[in-house]
Amino acid sequence: MSTQELVIPVAREIHTEPRRSDKVFRGIVTGGGLSSLAILGLIAIFLGYRGFEVLRQEGIGFITNSDWAISTDDAGNVLESHFGLAAMLVGTILCSLIAVVIAVPISVFSALFLNFYAPGWLKKFLITIIDMMAAFPSILFGIWGFLVLMPSVEYWAKLLHRYLGFIPVFDMQVPVFTRSPFVAGVVLAIMIIPIITSVSREIFSQAPLDRIQAAYALGATRWAMIKAVVIPHGRSGVIGGAMLGLGRAMGETVAVFTVLNIVFQVNWQMLLGAGGNVASLIILKFGDASPYEIKALMAAGLILFLLTLIVNAMANLIVKTTGKSGR
Amino acid sequence: MTMTPAPTKPWAASPKDRAIDGTIFLAALLSSYVVVFITPMKGKLAYFACFFIAYAILTTTFKGIQRGNAAAKDALINSLVAIGAIVTVIPAASILFTVLQKGSPGISFGLFTHDMSLATPTDPLSNGGLLHAITGTLTLMLLSLVMSVPIGILTALYLTEIKGRFTGPIRFLVQAMSGVPSIVAGLFILSAILYPITKAYSGLMGALSLTILMIPTIARTSEEVLNLIPNDLREAGTALGGTQWRTVAMIVLPAAKSGLVTAVILGVARIAGETAPILLLTGGGDKVNPNAFNGPMGSLPYYIWKSFNAGSPEAITRAWAGLLVLVGLVLFLFTSARFLGSRKVSK
Amino acid sequence: MTTPHESENQEMQTSVKPSSLADVANAKAPKVPGTAALGTGLETRGVHAWFGKHHALSNVSLDFAAGTVTALIGPSGCGKSTFIRTINRMHEFIPGAAMAGEVLLDGKDVYAPGTDVTKIRLQIGMVFQKPNPFPSMTIGENVLSGLKLAQLKVDNKDDLLEECLERAGLWNEVKDRLGAHGGSLSGGQQQRLCIARALAVRPQVLLMDEPCSALDPGSTLRIEETIRHLSDTMTIIIVTHNMQQAARVSDYTAFFLSDGGPGQMIEVAPTSEIFSRPQDSRTESYVTGRFG
Repeated sequence: MSTQELVIPVAREIHTEPRRSDKVFRGIVTGGGLSSLAILGLIAIFLGYRGFEVLRQEGIGFITNSDWAISTDDAGNVLESHFGLAAMLVGTILCSLIAVVIAVPISVFSALFLNFYAPGWLKKFLITIIDMMAAFPSILFGIWGFLVLMPSVEYWAKLLHRYLGFIPVFDMQVPVFTRSPFVAGVVLAIMIIPIITSVSREIFSQAPLDRIQAAYALGATRWAMIKAVVIPHGRSGVIGGAMLGLGRAMGETVAVFTVLNIVFQVNWQMLLGAGGNVASLIILKFGDASPYEIKALMAAGLILFLLTLIVNAMANLIVKTTGKSGR
Repeated sequence: MTMTPAPTKPWAASPKDRAIDGTIFLAALLSSYVVVFITPMKGKLAYFACFFIAYAILTTTFKGIQRGNAAAKDALINSLVAIGAIVTVIPAASILFTVLQKGSPGISFGLFTHDMSLATPTDPLSNGGLLHAITGTLTLMLLSLVMSVPIGILTALYLTEIKGRFTGPIRFLVQAMSGVPSIVAGLFILSAILYPITKAYSGLMGALSLTILMIPTIARTSEEVLNLIPNDLREAGTALGGTQWRTVAMIVLPAAKSGLVTAVILGVARIAGETAPILLLTGGGDKVNPNAFNGPMGSLPYYIWKSFNAGSPEAITRAWAGLLVLVGLVLFLFTSARFLGSRKVSK
Repeated sequence: MTTPHESENQEMQTSVKPSSLADVANAKAPKVPGTAALGTGLETRGVHAWFGKHHALSNVSLDFAAGTVTALIGPSGCGKSTFIRTINRMHEFIPGAAMAGEVLLDGKDVYAPGTDVTKIRLQIGMVFQKPNPFPSMTIGENVLSGLKLAQLKVDNKDDLLEECLERAGLWNEVKDRLGAHGGSLSGGQQQRLCIARALAVRPQVLLMDEPCSALDPGSTLRIEETIRHLSDTMTIIIVTHNMQQAARVSDYTAFFLSDGGPGQMIEVAPTSEIFSRPQDSRTESYVTGRFG
């Protein structure tokens, strides 16, 4: 490779002295770029600062207990308070997991349909519809879910309970099907299908054309081609999209609040009409909360913020790392 | 000179293929009726499910006999992906249909000329309107636009033009920021500004929280748009002796103009119907309030929320009418973004 | 790197693989001068191709005798690649594509209604311009991927693997690292891997679309060597921009040209004649380097 005699010269440094206008420009743009860092940092600091008192008082119980009660005297002084998020956290995770489990297969199938099956005009039309759904406000999903979707979902839930009740997740003791985590999960699934579909579609459409042709030239059917080329290429992207959907589902507020029956008790039975959601808790309690309870809600907001931040960070990391090794 | 034959597409479905497909389709339809008839299952969903299961089984079997194993699997997946796409769009159709059906009875001229200051949600529909909500939503949109557009586009410029040492982290943080739940943005403004400083609900507070939600959408879409601008243009600018600032301002930004407008509109569409932070921060007045800096401000989401929770039939109709107006607004924004976006591509 | 059929190689240019269907086809088909005597495994009759309204290829009738290498030469945009893509029905993936005419494999039209297109592509393999091994598969899996894709069963996969890599001239270089990823090979090795992959499904015909245009001269020579070795067991059609390459590897050469309109086949003849005594003046100016 290298020889001893060859003297490698020291690389010259190239200096570029930007003009003043460029320095100002770069300064302003860098400042703007750093705003996201500032905002995220400030969110954590302020919510932490406001919620600190409650977090210190409740300790780890804030995420392991399920009581949420406060009593005050007539002057507004706090007599007794118990704040625990466990039921809400379990509910948040349960609802969003249901949503992701329902949404991922549907989204992957429809993304495949859009990329490899649909004729041009249909593809354009469907993409417009799906992008439009992603822009629908969440309150619309909530009210539609409550008034239109819930009756049918309850019917499906009863079917699931009757025929698949032996599977623990579909089991329940009290037959109350209304406003269950399952209903909320279905509504959330409908909300995140457009997100996961567009992420998957994007990734699938980047599957290398020459490999696709190579597969067809070897006598592959469409599905065999997809399995050999598109799925290996897009797997990480789909996982990333699913995580993005999960993050969105965890932070959803009004849609869940509208359809879910909030109960301060840990409930893993997805068909039972009792659940929770951190974001809905905040809306539920905010209206008539005392200043001290507001602090508890801030602390709850902090937990939710951190939770979604972690999920999002993981989504990005998965896409990055598996994206590299997949190639 | 020989005659040129007519172009043909021998790979397209022949009449025979179509006839077979049609037969399978009808057979599946028939069997779904039979299954629903003889079993206790009922409802549209049952027909739908039985039809698709029957169709999938029939095509798979047929292809399997005709072409073998691989083709059978292919046919099965064919039906599955079609189901996926149909299940994806059914809710959109149902939502649009329901909003139109339930919202249109509540739409009247008075809706756009009156506010709710002299009416309660349970009053008959002839009383009051949502003028205050429309003006409020437009004010909120305008304010958050003014605040988020510079920050969003600067962030995108940092990621595409400066490419400094924070590029990786900032791209990561912008992604993270787009996942911030709207309620958290609301709580943040509540804790950082409303409680310690202004101590009163106002439109500005709502707009601030919406700004947080809008920045990542604008930044990410703009970054994509700016990345599409060929690097040659930038090099041409600097090679002509332009400073980076002038190159960006006079070449890059104008070239990306319609794409950037699309990014901004998408950002606005994202926040137009945002409800949770609005509930926390704006106070939701019933009167037209042109001053975003003082006093509670109504908005469409707040109006819908309030009417929906009031629960009387009149109130629910109001909520649907409000939803129809809101969806109309979002769809208008969405369509204009699409239009501008497609124009950019076709150029 | 020898194959069991090596010894027949010298005779192949003049020998005829008897095939009754092909003989029937020969009897009726209007023959292009120079190819009629050779018999045929693959034949195109009056093939036209369109992309939307654009008429890209006009009236190409060619015989490809079994066991020969035919080179398609001509300037860019003359329809050579389009032509070979109509042969294994890859043409139809382009939206708006259309065609006319017939492509007969063993006397049967590959475009006939009811034809299983995946079976056609198993019989007519293809190697592309840029090496495109499947990135998620190992070298061994890549070679056998065609079997997996078409769900074909073979008893002795290892023998097939070795045979195909041997015939593609890659066995000695990769036999110790069959589990490595295809992407870890050099460009030339990757292209030979793609050839091995095409061989594994045992096609009768192998189409090569400028297989060396992305490779360095050394790798190009290895591929050409491989092509010569393969030609005793299959029919090879190679599109090339490199006239020296056409002269080195092919038995027959067809010259394509577009005079602004659709691409046409101007002349086909044994390779030595095309380069020494072309019939058409346009062919002459092209092969002598006066244009293109």
